[in-house]
Amino acid sequence: MSDSQLRLVWIYPDLLSTYGDQGNALVVERRARQRGLDVARIDVRSDQPVPTSGDIYLIGGGEDRPQRLAAERLRRDGGLERAVGNGAIVFSVCAGYQILGHEFINDLGQREPGLGLLDVVSVRGEGVRCVGDVLADIDPRLGLPPLTGFENHQGVTHVGQGAKPFARVRIGNGNGTGDGTEGAYNETVFGTYMHGPVLARNPHIADHLLKLALDVNALPPVDDRWYEALRQERITAATQPA
Amino acid sequence: MAGTSDPLSPRAKLAVTAGKTAAAVSRAAGRGSGSVIGGRVALKLDPELLARLAQGLDVTLVSATNGKTTTTRLIAEALRAAGPVVSNALGANMPAGITSALADRDDEARFGVIEVDEKYLITVARETDPKCVALLNLSRDQLDRAAETRMLAEHWREGLTGTKAVVVANADDPLVVWAASSSPNVIWVAAGQMWKDDAWSCPSCGGVLQRPGDDWFCGECGFRRPTPSWALSGDQVLDPHGSAWPIHLQLPGRANRANAASSAAVAAVFGVPPHVALERMSHVQAVAGRYDTVQFQGRDLRLLLAKNPAGWLETFSLIDPPPTPVILSVNARSADGTDTSWLWDVDYSRLNGHPIFVLGDRKLDLAVRLEVANQNFQVCQNLDEAVRLAPPGRIEVIANYTAFQDLRRRVGN
Repeated sequence: MSDSQLRLVWIYPDLLSTYGDQGNALVVERRARQRGLDVARIDVRSDQPVPTSGDIYLIGGGEDRPQRLAAERLRRDGGLERAVGNGAIVFSVCAGYQILGHEFINDLGQREPGLGLLDVVSVRGEGVRCVGDVLADIDPRLGLPPLTGFENHQGVTHVGQGAKPFARVRIGNGNGTGDGTEGAYNETVFGTYMHGPVLARNPHIADHLLKLALDVNALPPVDDRWYEALRQERITAATQPA
Repeated sequence: MAGTSDPLSPRAKLAVTAGKTAAAVSRAAGRGSGSVIGGRVALKLDPELLARLAQGLDVTLVSATNGKTTTTRLIAEALRAAGPVVSNALGANMPAGITSALADRDDEARFGVIEVDEKYLITVARETDPKCVALLNLSRDQLDRAAETRMLAEHWREGLTGTKAVVVANADDPLVVWAASSSPNVIWVAAGQMWKDDAWSCPSCGGVLQRPGDDWFCGECGFRRPTPSWALSGDQVLDPHGSAWPIHLQLPGRANRANAASSAAVAAVFGVPPHVALERMSHVQAVAGRYDTVQFQGRDLRLLLAKNPAGWLETFSLIDPPPTPVILSVNARSADGTDTSWLWDVDYSRLNGHPIFVLGDRKLDLAVRLEVANQNFQVCQNLDEAVRLAPPGRIEVIANYTAFQDLRRRVGN
């Protein structure tokens, strides 16, 4: 393939691109290009092998059956595990987040093995589906401003010792465990329940992924006027529901 | 035929009267047309009222994610060539609204042409014993509250198993084909579908669908596009005899030509030949304000309703070429779905060269979306400002559901 400065891999758009999460790939790509980087975006369909030499991998949310199919095909392929072994950055949302964990409950009501790239285990929630705007504080160690997103899931995800909760919710459900955690992360792998898409509402997270992938501490600023306006509006809407 | 017998029991008649009273009260109170409240009251008094009202009618049900209101109107116009028609022309497409529309029919009505919300298709089919069911397309829509798209196809499939109705179905939508292929009598229409992102995996086995050209098939289980007997081909409808009939619609766009092709196939089920059906369809103008060109502040505005990614994609393809100004307006109220993520599923490169003006409750979501798509846009507080800023020429206005209602109110349409 090309020797682009940044290889951005969008996993299984045929199965896991149902809730607008393709926007995460668009935001990372745009913000990388605005910094003058040469970006190769690689969309991998579920009948194609996952390349192992990507820099950033993005996985989105999907419906229950496609989620099972995606887990089966990713396990069989093995490329994503090898990529993580090579130090790649992975950012996952909702169904994709669950797949990166040890296991989740599939559409047949059975325990489905995940990829084990993130120390989380997901089960199906007993209560009502979690739907709505979320406001959360990201783990202060990451030095990022508050997280805003839209959640739409039935899953409940427990974070193990080998991962840290990504954020603590102020408004909304997040992991659905009742302890206020939302998402999970380790050195290179991130998971969240947030749609929106989440990187459009939180461009600092997109930049954080870029910094990790490029191994730099700072990036040149870009015009964040509309992102900031949207963030303020959504944070206000979450704190003052109509 | 209705009119030759009286299918309504005294209880049903009472229910109709009570429903009309409730509707009149609702109208008087300024709460809309009252058709839904009227239908609710009537159904409460007689739960089988819908079934009774449908008796004696040759019923056609029309369902889809997009285009059902327009197609219902096109079919109703076509069937008027063969006899009087009753239809829920105002788009009240759940059981209460449908009941209300049928209760308003005159005794002469021979055909019922009924738009049905996707979720209620099977329920309404059980009640109304349709002669024909038209299935146009299925795609993602309001996922914060709707069933998964494939589950909806599965629900249709189970409910239609063994149906006596003739099913007219879009051969180019794999989810529709899956839903229809449990029916014994299907007329396949190659109506096309630009949006493909809800049907990359086989509805039958989950394999990856292969889509060379206009064809599609599953490489794993053999589920494939059926051979259509009707087709949309450019500006023409091809009938099962291979004859081509020109489409002359006042409604714009490929999607409406597809709706006309499906409508012609439905009309033929009831003996109305394609040239007669298409001629009648050519008189249909705006449907509930959709596609209407209105004057506002001395400018021409064309109002285009599009509620989901598939709808936006089709709508972007029918607007006038650049540098025609485009206004986009999006709300996320409960009738729209409260999640705006779908805006990211649409390819905005189709708007290259158009000056774009964004408004609506969620204009900032649009602003970020268009910024990332590297489009030229301006954020406006309201329609007046957008129209003032727009360069000369007719303005294309694309809005989702409640945003569209807001715009119609503002322009007095």
